[in-house]
Amino acid sequence: MLAKRIIPCLDVKDGRTVKGINFVDLRDAGDPVELAWQYSRQGADELVFLDITATHEKRKTTIEMVKSVARQINIPFTIGGGISELKDAEALLNAGADKISINSAAVRRPELINELANAFGVQFVVLAVDTKHLSSGDFVHLNGGRITTELQTQQWIKEAVERGAGEILLTSMDKDGTKAGFDTILLKEINDMISVPVIASGGAGSAQDFIDVFQKSDVDAALAASVFHYGEILIPELKQLLKNNQIEIRL
Amino acid sequence: MIGIVNYGAGNIFSLTAALERLDLKYGMINSETDFDFYDRIIIPGVGHAGTAMKKLVDTGLVPKIKSLTKPVLGICVGMQLITDFSEEGNSKMLEIIPVKTLRFNEEVSKKVPHMGWNQVEVQKNIPLFNDIDTSAYFYFVHSYFIEFNSKFTVAFCNYGIKFSAGIQRDNFYGVQFHPEKSGEAGEILLKNFAHL
Repeated sequence: MLAKRIIPCLDVKDGRTVKGINFVDLRDAGDPVELAWQYSRQGADELVFLDITATHEKRKTTIEMVKSVARQINIPFTIGGGISELKDAEALLNAGADKISINSAAVRRPELINELANAFGVQFVVLAVDTKHLSSGDFVHLNGGRITTELQTQQWIKEAVERGAGEILLTSMDKDGTKAGFDTILLKEINDMISVPVIASGGAGSAQDFIDVFQKSDVDAALAASVFHYGEILIPELKQLLKNNQIEIRL
Repeated sequence: MIGIVNYGAGNIFSLTAALERLDLKYGMINSETDFDFYDRIIIPGVGHAGTAMKKLVDTGLVPKIKSLTKPVLGICVGMQLITDFSEEGNSKMLEIIPVKTLRFNEEVSKKVPHMGWNQVEVQKNIPLFNDIDTSAYFYFVHSYFIEFNSKFTVAFCNYGIKFSAGIQRDNFYGVQFHPEKSGEAGEILLKNFAHL
């Protein structure tokens, strides 16, 4: 059986990880390569690096980081943040990234999804969607939830899959940072609607939240950042618990 | 030493990185004479099988590859290349192992691509799978699969349908998963191949 995936997400700025990291035996908590290695040793199935580097020049630092990660890590990883052209994606692919995730650039110019899928295959293209529930429905948001778009979340995801998105990383802005659990209702709706894998994001606070998201929405993967970084949830224990709850997991 | 057939089908950074981590020496094969420098050959590949086949044909290396008697390992699309035919672009492949590459039917296997860690069941105890646990997980990313064949399938996987995770005929081997991304199990397999 295909295993459900557990994905730690690392925020990277200028080639260094940001946000506090609470790992024992970590020589350099800011070193994305060492962190990635730790996570892979703990049993993470995949990693997502979100590059929040502002300037174009500094993306060279990111490329070097991607190469170091690919040299040392034996599990797949995705790079997201600031990818708006084919050549950005190609540089990351050649540096060893398995997938890239695009968000606002695809909202601004949806053809980017088609171009990336045609050039590198659908398996390379993850569409990240930040969604918020409004009285008139679920809507796509940009810039960490600060900008509301007119795109209805379900419609946008459907369109993106038709254009060639090979996976959807869905972050509920209502849940993100609350530690109140994933938005299992919306995730189930999206997961049932499309035929590409869905990664749940936003709201993870406890191990039970991971059990719930897999049992209630049947998504393919669950992503979290702070609960892993601060050691509040340990991946080996989480995976064992999921397995004990009859969720297909790689131990 | 391992020679990697360099025909321009996708990124091989992760593969060479894995070989370096494992201290396995490798080089690139760009011409027919390059094959003489290596005793193991890897055919990598990502992307579209039809396009990959066309690129391989354009290198002029196809007759040499088909005549090889050294161990050859096709990975992912590289595995699909050694079959007879692929539904991806309805393309003729190298016809080294008489099996077909088919598309996952979305009614049977709900999500396509088949992406993530899935269990591999070794069907025939060949040295390539030495020291690999029963039902070990490997990392897969693909929309097309090689049909299960009782003669040539050495390891299988289930994704709505039972398909070939590993195939073999004489010195030719193919794996559908990515050993370079499959944690420890993948590393054991690469080492096994290097020591066949």
